[in-house]
Amino acid sequence: MWLNPTNPQLDRKGRLHHLLTLEGLPAEILWQILDTAKSFLGTKVKKVPLLRGKSVFNLFFEPSTRTRTTFEIAAKRLSADVINLNIAVSSQSKGESLLDTVDNLSAMHADMFIVRHGESGAPHFIARHVAADIHVINAGDGRHSHPTQGLLDMYTIRHYKKDFSNLRVAIVGDVLHSRVARSQIHALTTLGCPEIRVIGPKTLLPANVEQLGVHVHHDMRQGLKDVDVVTMLRLQNERMQGALLPSAQEFYKFYGLTGDKLALAKPDAIVLHPGPMNRGVEIDSSVADGKQSVILPQVTFGIAIRMAVMSIMAGNK
Amino acid sequence: MKIHIKGGRLIDPKSGVDAKKDVYITAGKIVAIGEAPSGYSANRVIDAAGLVVCPGLVDLAARLREPGFEYLATLESEMEAAIAGGVTSLACPPDTDPPLDEPGLVEMLKFRAKNLNQARVYPVGALTQGLKGKHLTEMAELVDAGCIAFSQADAPFADTQVFYHALQYAATFGFAVWLRPQDPALARHGVAHDGQIATRFGLPAIPVCAETVALSTILILARETGARVHLMRLSSAEGVEMVRQAKREKLSITCDIAVHHAHLTEMDIGYFESNSRLDPPLRSQRDRDALRAALADGTVDALCSDHTPVDEDAKQLPFAEAEPGATGLELLLPLTLKWAGETKTALVPALARISSEAARVLGIDAGHLTIGHAADICIFDPERLWKVEPAALKSQGKNTPYIGLELKGRARYTLVDGQVVYESK
Repeated sequence: MWLNPTNPQLDRKGRLHHLLTLEGLPAEILWQILDTAKSFLGTKVKKVPLLRGKSVFNLFFEPSTRTRTTFEIAAKRLSADVINLNIAVSSQSKGESLLDTVDNLSAMHADMFIVRHGESGAPHFIARHVAADIHVINAGDGRHSHPTQGLLDMYTIRHYKKDFSNLRVAIVGDVLHSRVARSQIHALTTLGCPEIRVIGPKTLLPANVEQLGVHVHHDMRQGLKDVDVVTMLRLQNERMQGALLPSAQEFYKFYGLTGDKLALAKPDAIVLHPGPMNRGVEIDSSVADGKQSVILPQVTFGIAIRMAVMSIMAGNK
Repeated sequence: MKIHIKGGRLIDPKSGVDAKKDVYITAGKIVAIGEAPSGYSANRVIDAAGLVVCPGLVDLAARLREPGFEYLATLESEMEAAIAGGVTSLACPPDTDPPLDEPGLVEMLKFRAKNLNQARVYPVGALTQGLKGKHLTEMAELVDAGCIAFSQADAPFADTQVFYHALQYAATFGFAVWLRPQDPALARHGVAHDGQIATRFGLPAIPVCAETVALSTILILARETGARVHLMRLSSAEGVEMVRQAKREKLSITCDIAVHHAHLTEMDIGYFESNSRLDPPLRSQRDRDALRAALADGTVDALCSDHTPVDEDAKQLPFAEAEPGATGLELLLPLTLKWAGETKTALVPALARISSEAARVLGIDAGHLTIGHAADICIFDPERLWKVEPAALKSQGKNTPYIGLELKGRARYTLVDGQVVYESK
């Protein structure tokens, strides 16, 4: 398998070989994934044989329950054999290098690696070193990318809003440390969303974030005005330990999504959250459980998206 | 031994000479330039037709990894790399293990280097014991042992008072202090320039203010104490502008940049290429252009290789976990020529940055071709294209962003004290 030199995710025919980031993926591939996911959701058949005989390795160098489980369910519904490896507590603690771990697993005839890692770029590194017929799917790397989350968010938005070409989307909170925000921004710009806003204090926005094609707001009330979609980002507790924020309470006061702030958005605006939520920190329970919230459908769509990505890759031989 | 270097293009940046002239060497010294001394008969004639004959190169920052890190590189391997790169004098920073904070360590290094009979090694002593930033080293003893300056390498001071006193003490005796301007707290956990790549890739960032905040402290204390300060490896447009201003007010400072930073930018990180993980980080194109302008107007005195051999395993990691640094001794000349070519800088001022100007910073008698002085000479082919491959590098460090690329210019002969210590086929 010859990889495309200008885009390490694509093969020479321009088809998806690895899914490492949504940045630089052609819109056709994003639409293909969204359409395929829709066909999986439309069927009553619970199990399809598209990955029969294939081994999918869940390589989680960082703990995760939801993402790992949804990948596992998706792979099993495609009839794959799934092997879960919690590397965080096994080989790495024995001092085995990442490369050795990957080499060993490749020797076990893996077909697909689902990788979660604490460092940005780790899935790129793994993709560069695996045998040519192995596919790598990024399940979240550092602050860089979480492409299947970004895709399931796009699926959710499309499901409720139909069309991206006249949407205003706000992404609120800790953009600096968020792989979800970066993935959403790249997907939204690729799919033609005309206005993306990021909202947060200066300590939680990366330098020159405008260059990603977004508008910056520090005042949440102003930023939410007339938006169609609100994505709330998870605020990690450890952010309070440095000098990035004074307290969860003060963050909630300025950037927590409450009913009165949400009222500034369009009346039919939807609320997304990648989970797990911190109720009372970035989002009020009344909003999280309210009628504009699409947080639980996101999880359902997530399984279909992961099935779509895996089946498309497996079909690109 | 009498050597006649015949038919070459002689470039001596210090005197400004750039002409076709022969060089005549007797007993390690240059005895004539141009016309042969009467009755001269050479033991050896080096045909330098089509080649440039210039002073042996002077490198301000080459980590030899001895003592302590022999698994990364040895004095033998790195001295081979130096002469293969045309470098005949080099300064090595004190960040060895143990650091160069005792005369015995410095004497041992000088002794081992001298016995290899290759490039001349000028150790930079540790400014504080163990580079811990708390207690001063015995600087006078270290100078007697062979140190030419003092530095903290990349290690921080315990506090600004220690820093202040270190500069005062060094200034008392006129010792030079070499400092890397980077605020350790502002650079904490950072691995890339705080720009579009760090933002897109979600890499922990090192802001430009990490450099400028440190610089402003250094410049204020240098002014206050009158210490002779050399600034190592600047990386930003704002940083070199501060140095330009300080030089304008006649502050006694000099500065260098690493040769990589005259070429590469954050964009060269590509897709998390760990060979492009450098310290200081590669910054924006605007910074790169400002560094080039500062080289051209003399704000930056010298280019150094910032030679850092890194273990293969320490680079075979995700970007942020990889060890920073690149091998450089053998790339100093071709990358300097590349910069000169791209900016239409003449060879005389370009080579000055890696010979006479670097020697001036070091305060040593080197980097020039003068009758009666030691014959440290680099003879190189400015047109020779070569591919940067692990096998083509003598250094034990094979880590460079230039791996696999073709560069122009390579040493053909290197002479130290009138002896041919390196000769390529």
